Amino acid sequence: MNQIEILRFALRGLLANKLRSALTTLGILIGVAAVIMLVAIGEGSSRSIQQNIQRLGANTLTISPSFSGGGGQRGPSGGNTGPRTQARQLSLADARALTDKTLAPSVKSVSPVVTVSAAQAVYGAASHPIAQLVGTYPSYFEAVNKPVAKGAYFYNDDVLAARKVMVIGQTVADELFGATDPIGRQVSVKGVPFTVVGVLKAAGSSGAQDADDVAVAPLPAVQQSLSGFGSLNQIVVQATGAETTSAAQAEVTAILNQRHGITNPNNPDYRLLNQATLQETVSEATGTFTVLLAAVAAISLLVGGIGITNIMLVTVTERTREIGIRKALGAPRSAILGQFLMEATLLSLVGGLSGVLVAFAGTRFSIAGIEPVLVPSSVVLALGVSVGIGLFFGGYPANRAAKLRPIEALRHE
Amino acid sequence: MTVPVLRVRNLVKEYGEGEAKVRALRGVSLDVEQGDYVAIMGASGSGKSTLMNILGCLDVPTSGTYEIDGTDVGRLDEHQLAVLRNRRVGFVFQAFNLIPRMSALANVELPLVYGGVAPAERRARALAALERVGLAGRVHHEPNRLSGGQQQRVAVARALVTAPALLLADEPTGNLDTASTADVLQILDGLSASGRTIVLITHEDDVAAHAKRVIRLVDGEIVDDRRQAPVDGPPPRLVEAAR
Repeated sequence: MNQIEILRFALRGLLANKLRSALTTLGILIGVAAVIMLVAIGEGSSRSIQQNIQRLGANTLTISPSFSGGGGQRGPSGGNTGPRTQARQLSLADARALTDKTLAPSVKSVSPVVTVSAAQAVYGAASHPIAQLVGTYPSYFEAVNKPVAKGAYFYNDDVLAARKVMVIGQTVADELFGATDPIGRQVSVKGVPFTVVGVLKAAGSSGAQDADDVAVAPLPAVQQSLSGFGSLNQIVVQATGAETTSAAQAEVTAILNQRHGITNPNNPDYRLLNQATLQETVSEATGTFTVLLAAVAAISLLVGGIGITNIMLVTVTERTREIGIRKALGAPRSAILGQFLMEATLLSLVGGLSGVLVAFAGTRFSIAGIEPVLVPSSVVLALGVSVGIGLFFGGYPANRAAKLRPIEALRHE
Repeated sequence: MTVPVLRVRNLVKEYGEGEAKVRALRGVSLDVEQGDYVAIMGASGSGKSTLMNILGCLDVPTSGTYEIDGTDVGRLDEHQLAVLRNRRVGFVFQAFNLIPRMSALANVELPLVYGGVAPAERRARALAALERVGLAGRVHHEPNRLSGGQQQRVAVARALVTAPALLLADEPTGNLDTASTADVLQILDGLSASGRTIVLITHEDDVAAHAKRVIRLVDGEIVDDRRQAPVDGPPPRLVEAAR
């Protein structure tokens, strides 16, 4: 009695009841495919969120004014939450102070930013309100990760000379110029002529905001003609590396607190956003999300396993008489046990493998805008658990069948 | 004198506990020689089926010893018992007990599979056994496409195919019509004539008339043991037919 004979008996046993075997297999298939696909979707969505965050710029700190000191902060209870009359705006001098290499050695570049929203731009007959017109320094491009796809950046010379040049986003280029090459053309923004020197690489839209509906121009040029020489909307600070982001944050906080005369460090008049911290928080959240999805899928796998147990119990009960005949003909216990274990294993293995195939096919499509990412460990886990379930839950009824005395089994009707 | 194929001493089998206790066998002792053809007769409830199940190693006695070819069955473990059932005993049931959805050939091959016989030899031996019971033309039929008589002949072929020392038949003709009964009994007569040891159970005198020795059981005890023909001769019906 070798393994091949046992396999043959098991196959014959399964084929004798095709529909039942197919439905049991389907249960395991759905369980395995669900585990793999849901984990892949969780992984895919967490990666896409991280990419979106990285697109905002690597190793950057964004400082913006906070008028209601404590409003957006976790201030101590009883802290001043009313409007702060003495709150200071961010100034160009603040930005310059941050470039001090001795006080802030971890800071690579500082880009002061003024923004003008919905600035009407006109080229010939075409007109388009630019969602965000940014006046800044050239270091801004690197800090916020906005590379130029066509043409060139503007340079420090342009900033010093307050030249009216600008780099426009893809959406702006499409709206104003269509198929024409925008480089070197003059666009009138609120009546002020700007020369287009470059087009930014398309970043794609994230949510409702179109990240390509922007234009970037030298800071003084925008201040002169559009925003006036008031306060800054933002200061973007780039750290020298990913490891120094926290150090840079501490340095920037110290300098600004000193300059703005902040006595309570929990309640400053500016807000500091650290991309790295944001990224960590979001990864944690998506990690939880993935675990949740996997837990739901694991339940369906368990249900599939119970299905196998159920079918094996029914099969053994139904075939008790056959077991009796086989034992009367001299089948050893190992052969009976082997046959039913093999049946259970085949069911779960076939179901598991087809589940993996379905999952492989399913993860090739993007689901609700999310590109699923196959996690190899989830494949191994799902397949292992399904076969394990088959062996474990199939083993119980099989063992019960093998232990029957032949006469008891034969009397069973 | 050689060792008897079957030697049974003081076999007792009890079912149930206390008030509900039933003594199916009350100390049966019996020797069956090589080549004998024994019919065990008795009314229902006389314990003949219980005796048969113990002889076939399908059930265990409450007390008493039982030897096949000099081997004490009571001392065997589960695996050795399986080997014994496979090699030494061929069992024919009243209800045929073929495995459904398996062809006649596969059914006959089954004991050889468990006996570890190679596929080519298995097939040859199974075909030979089927031919011997006159079913060479129906080897690929499944049991539900065979008549009762044909099914029982497949069962006889299955019991024979391992060339066992002992062929046990539990009312082999109980579910069969007259013509099929004659077929099966003729096969058993032929087997006996070729030297096979046969023990069968019946409650019909016509069937018992085929045996060389008739044993009557009443209430779990042997009340009559009558020889109809010598052990080493042909069975009585073949002798009559030859005349």
